[in-house]
Amino acid sequence: MTNVQAPGSAARIPTPAQVAHSAAPVAPRQVNGAQALVLALEEVGVEVVFGIPGGAILPAYDPLLDSTKVRHVLVRHEQGAGHAAEGYASATGKVGVCMATSGPGATNLVTALADAYMDSVPVVAITGQVHSRTIGTDAFQEADIRGITMPVTKHNYLVTDPADIPRAIAEAFHIAATGRPGPVLVDISKDAMQAQTTFSWPPTLDLPGYRPVTRPHHKQIRAAADLIKAAKKPVFYVGGGVIRARASESLRELVDLTQIPLVTTLMARGAVPDSHPLHLGMPGMHGSVAAVTALQKADLLIALGTRFDDRVTGLLSSFAPEAKVIHADIDPAEISKNRVADVPIVGDCDEVIRELTTALRADIEEGHGGDYSAWRERTAGWVSSFPLGYSPPEDATAIAPQYVIERIGELTGPEATYVAGVGQHQMWAAQFVKYERPNAWLNSGGLGTMGYSVPAAMGAKAGQPDRVVWSIDGDGCFQMTNQELATCVINNIPIKVAIINNSSLGMVRQWQTLFYNQRYSNTDLHTSAAGSRVPDFVKLAEAYGCVGLRCEKPEDVDATIKKALEINDVPVVIDFVVERDAMVWPMVPSGVSNDMVTVARAMTPVFDREGDDGE
Amino acid sequence: MSDAATARHTLSVLVENKPGVLARIAGLISRRGFNIDSLAVGPTEHDAVSRMTIVVDVEELALEQVTKQLNKLVEVLKVVELDPSASVQREIVLIKVRCDATTRPEVIQLAEVFRCNVVDISVDAVVVEATGTRTKLDALRDVLEPYGVRELVQSGLVAVGRGGRSITDRSRRTA
Repeated sequence: MTNVQAPGSAARIPTPAQVAHSAAPVAPRQVNGAQALVLALEEVGVEVVFGIPGGAILPAYDPLLDSTKVRHVLVRHEQGAGHAAEGYASATGKVGVCMATSGPGATNLVTALADAYMDSVPVVAITGQVHSRTIGTDAFQEADIRGITMPVTKHNYLVTDPADIPRAIAEAFHIAATGRPGPVLVDISKDAMQAQTTFSWPPTLDLPGYRPVTRPHHKQIRAAADLIKAAKKPVFYVGGGVIRARASESLRELVDLTQIPLVTTLMARGAVPDSHPLHLGMPGMHGSVAAVTALQKADLLIALGTRFDDRVTGLLSSFAPEAKVIHADIDPAEISKNRVADVPIVGDCDEVIRELTTALRADIEEGHGGDYSAWRERTAGWVSSFPLGYSPPEDATAIAPQYVIERIGELTGPEATYVAGVGQHQMWAAQFVKYERPNAWLNSGGLGTMGYSVPAAMGAKAGQPDRVVWSIDGDGCFQMTNQELATCVINNIPIKVAIINNSSLGMVRQWQTLFYNQRYSNTDLHTSAAGSRVPDFVKLAEAYGCVGLRCEKPEDVDATIKKALEINDVPVVIDFVVERDAMVWPMVPSGVSNDMVTVARAMTPVFDREGDDGE
Repeated sequence: MSDAATARHTLSVLVENKPGVLARIAGLISRRGFNIDSLAVGPTEHDAVSRMTIVVDVEELALEQVTKQLNKLVEVLKVVELDPSASVQREIVLIKVRCDATTRPEVIQLAEVFRCNVVDISVDAVVVEATGTRTKLDALRDVLEPYGVRELVQSGLVAVGRGGRSITDRSRRTA
């Protein structure tokens, strides 16, 4: 791939459309539709496809066997293919690709597509469809996957004419990667793959209705700069869009210039290093007290690539009640969707941040910037008064789950990639691993898909084989998609899986503890409690050909992690048997104001009680 | 979104004339929870472009949101809100009214007063065709009701801006 240099920006990964148009044109040649598909995938620069063949997609798998550019990884379940494509995309910033057959193959992709849609992950899914003559007749393995995925894809196609295949593929990659990234599905009928056509490249994109705005309006930038200068208590509210826009470096520069404190949402962990002195942590339901409180007390939110998700805002009407809002996003529909913006800015986050920096620099250097020193002192005070922490288990011989995750992060370091499932372990991994770079933290934020971790870690490792990739998973999540360990073993994708095994659906159990009078309805998984190990994760790992390790004592945690770090030829699965009753704190209960943030059970921070406010 | 007052807004949506576009738009409107009053689809002066006229009953912020969401669809070329005072808005209705030899002249006379056409006459009924605003069509229906409305079918609203400007100009411009 050639690097296209955006004006004044660091090297950026080119969009598939740029690749398509900068590559040498391919002279027309006679091929069948399936060959056209594989040639098109090669031309857009696909390195790896995760998929499973089946009847309707069968023609595509024949030329795929001969491709020297596209590697196909045979997964064990289509959902695994979808999450692997997501993990690949989130780790590398390139478009992830998955492939499945018609009917059940395609419907198994739906969860992963919905996940990618919620978290703006650039993914292209290619599905086989039954013969065009039988579409609509309830043919064998027929499902209207285009209709089914309309609400959960950025766009989708049904192709029945082989001549349309190259254009559909080029458009799909262009749409997936540009603007607000997202999943695109291309459904191709079997007869279109079998029929003869002429392949030439590049095709002409025909997308008259697709014009994402990337350059922010200068008037809005000026209005935003004025609000920033006038503010006394501003906060950068940084979302996952900053990572997708590869804007971490420019954001760092803006933060250093303005000296405004910042928070990074669950999707933005690592957008600014956690070690940055102005970093207040993660906001939201399980955010740090400092981050939650800073947003509540701020007089200005500078929201960048974020969408005021309910898990961040809590009760919307009481969120950041004193704050004006600057909201920059590449998707105009996110702006003023939940919280009305005072200064809306539509544009690519990187460009917005650069222009804001330019607009503010002269004033700040001449001493006319805002003075936030008192505010900085207060926010820093919250950081030091309410650090993230956890209480040791009542039974001193039990392992605290937070401790395991903290140690994994410390012993492995910031260059690794950490991929979580969904639930308590995900929140602890967001809290207790220190993220110093973008794309080091992968998780299912919007959809909250249990089972994301193992296949996404596999995709991340396939995309970046030189990085250590940790899947930090729960015992519940792991059982949803662990079949991909077979894929990892066979295809030499040595991920490391840490199962934080509390023998329960831990987050649900936590809610049952707090809100359902400790009535534990259907949350016991019997994976470690009371000596019952169904399944035995070590034996399961070994059955797949992985190394299986178990750790049950706090003093063995470090040694076990180090042992796993030394094994790099096969996947390693560690069964960390941890304390069952650990809970995720801080917490803002669902549907109440963020002012109700609780540090630990029945413990509200005391600063809110007037007086400390300085007002 | 709050309890601000809702109002009817007419959106003209230019879309690519491709299969599935109607499903995309209808699905979007329903899953995002917007109330629609009517939806009409048809061709335009360009073969590649279809035009939908959607009447939504929403408050101001929701109108902005539905417009933005529609614009996000790849096959949507343009969304324009048509102000009722600056546009011509019409619906068509066909009403089958019961009548016999004695009441028929009255029904036909009423149709003439409303400047509508009688398009079918049989022994025991006539079919009246009327075009106009919702208010006019409602009034017509009210006066025909006493005779016995056997069947009524009404189109969605279509609308076009007044004056010489066209919203379809340059809508096929590629990025």
